Amino acid sequence: MYEQIASNRRKTVLLIFGAIVLLGAVGYVLGLWYGNGLFGLVGAVALAVVLSLGSFFGGDRLVLASTRAREVTPQEQPRLHNIVEGLSIAAGIPKPRVYVIPEQAPNAFATGRNPEHSSVAVTEGLLSTMNRVELEGVIGHELSHVVDRDILVGTVVATLVGAVVLISEFFMRSWWWGGVRGRRGGDRSGGGLEAIIFAVGLALLVLAPIIGQIVRLAVSRQREFLADAQGALLTRYPPGLASALRKIGAASGIPMRSANNATAHLWLNQPSRIQGEGMGPLEKLFSTHPPIEERIRRLEEM
Amino acid sequence: MPTWLWIVIILVAPLLLGGIWTYNRLVRLRARVNNGWSQIDVQLRRRYDLIPNLVATVQGYATHERELFEHVTEARSRAIDANAVPDQAQAENQITRGIRQLFAVAENYPDLKANQNFLALQEELTGTESKIAFARQFYNDQVMLLNTLIGSFPSNVVAKAFGFGPREFFDIEDPVREPSQVEFPR
Repeated sequence: MYEQIASNRRKTVLLIFGAIVLLGAVGYVLGLWYGNGLFGLVGAVALAVVLSLGSFFGGDRLVLASTRAREVTPQEQPRLHNIVEGLSIAAGIPKPRVYVIPEQAPNAFATGRNPEHSSVAVTEGLLSTMNRVELEGVIGHELSHVVDRDILVGTVVATLVGAVVLISEFFMRSWWWGGVRGRRGGDRSGGGLEAIIFAVGLALLVLAPIIGQIVRLAVSRQREFLADAQGALLTRYPPGLASALRKIGAASGIPMRSANNATAHLWLNQPSRIQGEGMGPLEKLFSTHPPIEERIRRLEEM
Repeated sequence: MPTWLWIVIILVAPLLLGGIWTYNRLVRLRARVNNGWSQIDVQLRRRYDLIPNLVATVQGYATHERELFEHVTEARSRAIDANAVPDQAQAENQITRGIRQLFAVAENYPDLKANQNFLALQEELTGTESKIAFARQFYNDQVMLLNTLIGSFPSNVVAKAFGFGPREFFDIEDPVREPSQVEFPR
């Protein structure tokens, strides 16, 4: 367990470094297009540093705000609060803050930079469909992410990949709407070299978000299995989480409005924005979570 | 510096570092064990506080269960007054069983089951019961880690040198891990 925490820290450093390199490359290409590659590089890296620091200290608030999560008091949600407090005692961490998300799809996530500053958020759908043991299973899974500092990895990566996606999309759209005419000089004497740079740059901008996704997926799925196992170790009752996952799988048709690609990996199970999304073969290959059936099977084997 | 001194340093340095690391780990685990113990205490006290409320609420409806009320109240005061751990554990087990019986009795009184105060108390007590179980689980886990470290070589040398002794496990009955018989809406 302690080794897992140390290895997660190393992975965080590596992932952040990789994401900054990717972001720098995107910035360089963008800057090149507007006349000054170095300016773009410096700009993008500066953006990355600010975003990383920002996500370190405020990423949790950002993620919570983007899902429209609302903090609830023990008086409003006594059962949820009791379960979170109980499992925090079992895990030996301070009690995280408790949020409820106005969504009907049953799902949950945890966020925050360390166990002292963490939050657990669950959807209204989760509260209405789960009984006490199932809820304990879900919260146990989320608190395992807190203990292993997976939330730090997740939040930082979400912010950085979000920046890459944002910049790429911004460029693609401005190009689409003819904004690229804005490059300085405007003379067309560059010839072959400029065409090559254009092609490479375009390829990079198209590929960057995909590479960003792969960086995220590199660790996300394995960590979910780990959190399932550790969550079961906390509750000492694997069937609780297995039953919760079965219900969540059965409710996968309910769409989630606040779901987006940048935060998909934070959730207990991969959320879908519209009904049937996530069914394409590419989407399966690029999923943040292992198949729910596989997770249930492993829990039942415990 | 003569070569032999270097050899001594190279041999002694890892031992010293290992000793410091082990010592720090022992201190950390001892702190976690103590913290776990106080968590159990906090939750048990919370339960003592809730029992008079529960008894008072149920009494208003289930007037024929006087014996059960006395039984729970008496177990509570015995637990509070207990000086030795086994005595306390026994009284706590009695409280756990008594509370379960009270909830079972409540099943026969529809008015009581609809009482908001009772429902809130039931949630609080169920929550406290599971917190006691989780606190005990955490405490016992940490005691196991500490005792293993104290018992195994070479950490036992450090433990002995600085007076770290093994701790006792805390055994009280497991509260039910199944959902309570009463499934009530949120």
